[in-house]
Amino acid sequence: MAMLELRNVHAHYGKIHALKDISITVNKGEIVTLIGGNGAGKSTTLKTISGTLKPSAGQIFLDGEDLGAYPAHEIVTKGIVQVPEGRRVFGQLTVLENLDLGAFTSKDKKRDAGTIEKIFHMFPRLAERSKQLAGTLSGGEQQMLAMGRALMAAPKILLLDEPSMGLAPVLVDSVFDTIKALHAEGTTILLVEQNARMALKTASRGYVIQTGKVILEDDAKKLLENEMVKKAYMGD
Amino acid sequence: MTKAQSLWNQGVKIGAIGGVSVLIISLIGMVESFGKRDIIAGVLPMGVAIALIISILAAYMAAKKTPISDKSIQFANAVVSGLVISGFLAAFVMIGRSFNIREMLVGASPVLYSILTGGVAGAGGIFLLLLTGLLCGAFAGILYMLRDLPRRLTVNALLTIFILGLLQELILPILKAWDVGMINYLAGLFYTLNGLTPVGAILSVVIFCILYLLWNANQGAIKSKYAALPKEARKKSQIAALIVLAVILIVLPQFLGLFLSEVITIVGLYVLLGLGLNIVVGYAGLLDLGYVAFFAIGSYVVALLTSPQIFAFGLNFWQALPIAVICGILAGVMLGIPVLKMRGDYLAIATLGFGEIIRILVLSDFLRPWLGGAQGIGSIPNPNLFGFQMVKPQHIYYLLLAGIILVIFISLRLKKSKIGRAWMAMREDEDVAQAMGINLVATKLLAFATGAGFSALSGAIFASKIGSVYPHSFNVFISINVVCIVIIGGIGSLPGIVVGAAVLMGLPELLREFAEYRMFVYGVALVIVMLLRPEGLLPEARHKMEFHDETEAGAKTVA
Ligand SMILES: Nc1ncnc2c1ncn2[C@@H]1O[C@H](COP(=O)(O)OP(=O)(O)OP(=O)(O)O)[C@@H](O)[C@H]1O
Ligand SMILES: [Mg+2]
Repeated sequence: MAMLELRNVHAHYGKIHALKDISITVNKGEIVTLIGGNGAGKSTTLKTISGTLKPSAGQIFLDGEDLGAYPAHEIVTKGIVQVPEGRRVFGQLTVLENLDLGAFTSKDKKRDAGTIEKIFHMFPRLAERSKQLAGTLSGGEQQMLAMGRALMAAPKILLLDEPSMGLAPVLVDSVFDTIKALHAEGTTILLVEQNARMALKTASRGYVIQTGKVILEDDAKKLLENEMVKKAYMGD
Repeated sequence: MTKAQSLWNQGVKIGAIGGVSVLIISLIGMVESFGKRDIIAGVLPMGVAIALIISILAAYMAAKKTPISDKSIQFANAVVSGLVISGFLAAFVMIGRSFNIREMLVGASPVLYSILTGGVAGAGGIFLLLLTGLLCGAFAGILYMLRDLPRRLTVNALLTIFILGLLQELILPILKAWDVGMINYLAGLFYTLNGLTPVGAILSVVIFCILYLLWNANQGAIKSKYAALPKEARKKSQIAALIVLAVILIVLPQFLGLFLSEVITIVGLYVLLGLGLNIVVGYAGLLDLGYVAFFAIGSYVVALLTSPQIFAFGLNFWQALPIAVICGILAGVMLGIPVLKMRGDYLAIATLGFGEIIRILVLSDFLRPWLGGAQGIGSIPNPNLFGFQMVKPQHIYYLLLAGIILVIFISLRLKKSKIGRAWMAMREDEDVAQAMGINLVATKLLAFATGAGFSALSGAIFASKIGSVYPHSFNVFISINVVCIVIIGGIGSLPGIVVGAAVLMGLPELLREFAEYRMFVYGVALVIVMLLRPEGLLPEARHKMEFHDETEAGAKTVA
């Protein structure tokens, strides 16, 4: 059974019909990527999953349970955690406070301390700057912090919204390395990207979304070779 | 523009700004009405002192902003700007004496001219005025060239005189209350009934300088000694300090007369209000401009339940108090629900409306049978503690003290709690906070409810203190006062609120001449604080970091 399933999901912003019949599945232990151009509806899809935008039709299941009735803050406790687009760390709180807030719903302080250790091990730059205000971190460091903060909630499935946005190529590589490392540890990941090439190289399956509709879905390798994808999203 | 011109630019420009500033405070009547109170008796009226402070400050800025670091040019720039200021005033006096400009400018009175010219008539006065400007400029120029220690010493010594003179009505009665020969003698030596004696001023400066130099020489040693103390001893000394503070707070009313006790209860009411608004604005980041509504609700609930007028429920203060607080909390939730989705400016406007709605409701004829309309509700009994009637402001003081301690305790606990962290996250970014699993609805409502509860507590005490409530006591200025207290004191900082309330509410009561200019002074104070100390007078550590992060955060990571 799929871990996460979107079944014929529609979403509206007022009169704007942003998602039109989206169906997506993510299996346990997979990295699945969602690629598409600006305004295609990628972020909106993630919003409906994390519950900050309620679908106007269709259903979303986590491990077979319909999430429709849960408000956003309870969906987090179910194990769906989102790293929002554009990093959005709490700029005026310290790195440590940011991480601490990531574990807001957790009741297990001991485990949280362990997770912080792990995150600092994964991102030594954050450890050095644990008392620094997050707003003063560099863009790359902020992305690390945003990911670390999401990990604090011990997610079953991590939703990443354009983690490579606005980063230098070296940093993009390191972000994708981190994604692979997380995956290797058993985290299931739904990755939204405009950097289609990197995303498809990292993921096992992919969906291409355009003006609110899924227009293609396939193994990542096959999508990498798909002429249409190459032309539209990789600039070949 | 030639190079030579540009050198003098700052002196002239800043002088002009200073001149206009002094002119404005003169024309709105501040110099004149403050002229009745002396800082140093018979020597320095307060209005003049303020004009001098502005002039010296402007001249100092002119020296500082001089484009090249040539000492003589900096000095000359200070003098230029001092002269420009006095030139403005001199021109004003001459115009005012030859034409009748009073019809347009009510403040332009002969008394003002006489104050500005030091009481000397004719050309001599104008000369004196210009000379004063020149001396102010020269003084500022010298001040700028002094080394750090002598400069700080001079500035602080002068400020000491100013503050001691300003606070005469606070200090003198406290000294007199002892009624001990020695202290009476000292009081007479330092103070007249209007300002410091010249001897007192000189003595204050001498004493201040000695203390300052002593502290300056030893502060490093004292601080390092304190830092070297073992943790337990440090904790003990902190507890000792707290006990001393507690004793002072408990015995304080014994030394305050009726008037000062009255002032301090007003400050106390505003401290409570400030602490409540701090939860909403400081912790949760929700700008609430209708905060007076809950104060009104607390007052009216106590009035309705305890006063024999209207309903005659016959409850006593202690029975009514929790009900008032609960009503405040419910009102907080009621306000919170419709504005849940609002942020920033929209929230501020909506809450502003809410505050007015409550005031207009209690004022309305429609609700008069239940709320008393414009006549309000009177005959509210004083609180009665185990058979003891709390009638005097001194008694209310203790009631407020207990309330403030309780509210500070709750605030500190809340801040460290899970709720406090949720508020912090929400203040930073609502969407992300929600994505962290924070229930925005509950978190927001809790902030509104807590703040409203504290405000209602303040209102309840207010009602029983003055014995009657009227709609006009609950106008929008109360909300604005409280917002100013929180911002000027330092958003999120509890000691800041106490200081803010004392400065903004206490000082104007002590300096009754201020009352007329209260809003003007607040406006100026807000602008100055925002420019020079945007984190507030006594900022919370975090906010300090926000405004000075480049240097301090960097230093901390290195250390
Ligand atoms: N809050 C909103 N209100 C109204 N319309 C919105 C809102 N957010 C997104 N939209 C619209 O919904 C559509 C999908 O937006 P979405 O943010 O999901 O795009 P995206 O695929 O994430 O694009 P990008 O790669 O630029 O982030 C766009 O047409 C956008 O204008
Ligand atoms: Mg997007």
